[in-house]
Amino acid sequence: MKRKQIKFVVGSVIIVAALAFLAFTGFQDNKAYYQTVSEFRASQDAAYGRHLRVEGDVVAGSIVREARQTQFVISHTDEKTKQTHTLPVKYVGADPLPDTFRDYAQAVVEGEYHQDGIFVARSMTAKCASKYEKEKAAGVTQ
Amino acid sequence: MAQVGQFALALAFVVTAYSIIASLIGIRLRNDKLIASGRNAAVGTFLCITLAIGALGYVFVQSDFSVAYVAEHSNRDLPLYFKIASIWGGQEGSLLFWGWLLTVYSALVVIQNRKRHSSMMPYVTAVLMTTSLFFTTMHLFTVNPFQLSGVAMPDGTQNLFTPRDGAGLNPLLQDWLMVIHPPMLYLGFVGFAIPFAFAMAALITKQLGDTWIRTTRRWTMIAWFFLGTGIMLGGNWAYHELGWGGFWAWDPVENASLMPWLIGTAFLHSVMVQEKKGMLKVWNIILVIMAYIMSLVGTWLTRSGIVNSVHAFASSPIGNYFLAFILIGLSGALYLLFDRLPYLKSDNEMESMVSRESSFLFNNLILLASCFAVFWGTMFPVLSEFVRGEKITVGQPFFNRVNVPIAIFLLFLTGVGPLLAWRKASTNSLKRNFLGAAVAALAVGAGLLIWPGIRPWPIGGGEFYAWCSFVMATFVGITIVREFYKGARARAYGTGENFLEGVVNLTLRNTRRYGGYIAHFAFVLLFIGWSGQAFKVDLPGIEAGIGETFALRQYVMRVDDLTVEKTPNYDSQKAVVSVFENGKKVATMLPEHRVYKPSQQPTTEVAMRSTLKEDLYLVFQGGNLDGSKAIFQVYLNPLTAWVWIGGVVLGLGTLIALLPNKKSAPPKRSQKPARVEEAKEVESIS
Repeated sequence: MKRKQIKFVVGSVIIVAALAFLAFTGFQDNKAYYQTVSEFRASQDAAYGRHLRVEGDVVAGSIVREARQTQFVISHTDEKTKQTHTLPVKYVGADPLPDTFRDYAQAVVEGEYHQDGIFVARSMTAKCASKYEKEKAAGVTQ
Repeated sequence: MAQVGQFALALAFVVTAYSIIASLIGIRLRNDKLIASGRNAAVGTFLCITLAIGALGYVFVQSDFSVAYVAEHSNRDLPLYFKIASIWGGQEGSLLFWGWLLTVYSALVVIQNRKRHSSMMPYVTAVLMTTSLFFTTMHLFTVNPFQLSGVAMPDGTQNLFTPRDGAGLNPLLQDWLMVIHPPMLYLGFVGFAIPFAFAMAALITKQLGDTWIRTTRRWTMIAWFFLGTGIMLGGNWAYHELGWGGFWAWDPVENASLMPWLIGTAFLHSVMVQEKKGMLKVWNIILVIMAYIMSLVGTWLTRSGIVNSVHAFASSPIGNYFLAFILIGLSGALYLLFDRLPYLKSDNEMESMVSRESSFLFNNLILLASCFAVFWGTMFPVLSEFVRGEKITVGQPFFNRVNVPIAIFLLFLTGVGPLLAWRKASTNSLKRNFLGAAVAALAVGAGLLIWPGIRPWPIGGGEFYAWCSFVMATFVGITIVREFYKGARARAYGTGENFLEGVVNLTLRNTRRYGGYIAHFAFVLLFIGWSGQAFKVDLPGIEAGIGETFALRQYVMRVDDLTVEKTPNYDSQKAVVSVFENGKKVATMLPEHRVYKPSQQPTTEVAMRSTLKEDLYLVFQGGNLDGSKAIFQVYLNPLTAWVWIGGVVLGLGTLIALLPNKKSAPPKRSQKPARVEEAKEVESIS
């Protein structure tokens, strides 16, 4: 390699290294385990202190809305064992709850699991599986 | 009509396959008639798919719920324009729409080039039609939009029935932006197929000069324009429809559209190096391949349900077909590239770190790094589950931490790159071009510490980056304005035009260069808007009854009334809120909370008071538990309007760059020699 080109290689390496450093630290600070409620229950004590995203369906009638926090329960049925697991959630995030958040919606809550058995969520997303997809899914499991 | 659509799809399948075969055999046998026939078949494919999508539109307008796709995505009371937009409201239809756009592009390209590039075109046709064949196959066999409504019986037969009304279009999509956002995005995605097809044809025929680049330059820019416009519209939709006060959340579906845009941006810059200096030939082909592959990956991510996203798409069987198609396309393209490496020798080499070439090099390096980081963050849940059996996800902070510094560095290059000389910039020219702007930018930076009192520490915090961004935006803004000023002044001397005429004529004579500057200036505005987001404040979950007030910064809001309105499509609760700024009434805002009838889904209709300084953003979340009070959420989003202004300017700049250059008219007056030199220099630098 010619000397002229070495400085380009060095410059590029420095830039890439700096970005890799940012990416790595950002990743470490921000990673979260993504689990269904069933997987979450299966992980037992490992769940405490972990940064988690947990997915489950909002249990009908469980939503209790207040101005600054909302409580509800999400559930998930394990496909193999057919057991249904539930998780009580307290949402304390700053953003308003999404429009799609309501009974039966598929929710993903992000936060930590506390010793009192309640999952404290700081952010959440919800998607509303359409009726048709529900029917399809039901058709598969029957 | 559904049968007509079905038949059109089947016919398209045959015609597309014929087009590929005729083109390839035609070029092998050097039979011009067969080649022309393959080309005509490509136009025929366009006609077939047009008929199919027309038929789908027709059944939507007729509310023919015997077609399952119509029953799932429309209802009788839906307004006509939403019925038409429902064509791309779900899986099957949006894939058909994708496929249709591909045939539109293909037909235009084969007609445009019917008398040119005679050895390349048959391959271009074959590559485009292969993609089209893949889509037609999927329309016919896996995601058929003309499937009839019915229930699957236990014995495997289908019991047909026609529902009385449809399930309705997702209420979040019932918005005019959602009518045009997906077509724009898809026009962007699909458009990258054109440069890809030409690159492949160039590799196959070993015609690796810059013919293929010159031919596809405008097509690439058109695709890039549509993709950028689609992204901006999506952000604007999210901002005023979703009611969480922001416009970008690094959701996988957003990332899917950003990745090909980043690659496309890199390509638009690095082609200039190939055109001017004959360098980066291999690199450009890699970028074209990646832009196209990323478009397919984007479609795959949004359509297969492989990554978890707020966009509700069903998991579907198309994922594996798509993945297979992407991998085959990618490996085929890379094999060809590898095989043709000896034909891709560079004519020049890099000389100085401070040169136009090297600014393009770094621009490309970090755009790619950004794309890679976005890809990594988006795909990590899938990868980690595959490797370790645990799904690990990353959220917005990860994406921001990597991409914000990248973006600011890019903005810096935006200001510096276009003014650096090719090969090597002299210290003198650096001083002349940048010293004034740099001093002014630092002065603005110092000023911002005093008013409005930005505190740019700790380093790496939101305010730090916002401050850097303001300083950089000032710097870049000044360098761009100076370019226009210099050019217009030179013209004014040369032709006697006034300054404004000078600016316009300057731009029209060299659209690519000055259109580029306008696009760069758009980023100055975008960065101002983005930086404003670091200073957002909000008032979460306020309960207020009629007559009660709440306040945020200088704004006081008073609830005057809570009303109810019923329409055929939805029921709505409306709040009437008076807004006082520093004690003076400035607006009446009407935030709504709607419940759509067919789906029973609630949506919030945000009320906004937007000024260039800040947006007051009011969300009405419905009544509290006993119904006595309303729940509001208020955001104050500084400088957000500049994001949308920047988006519009970006589109304008791109459109200007797409215009052909106006020919120079003979000068009217005798000129001073020195000024003519300057005018010439200005025109020739690009």
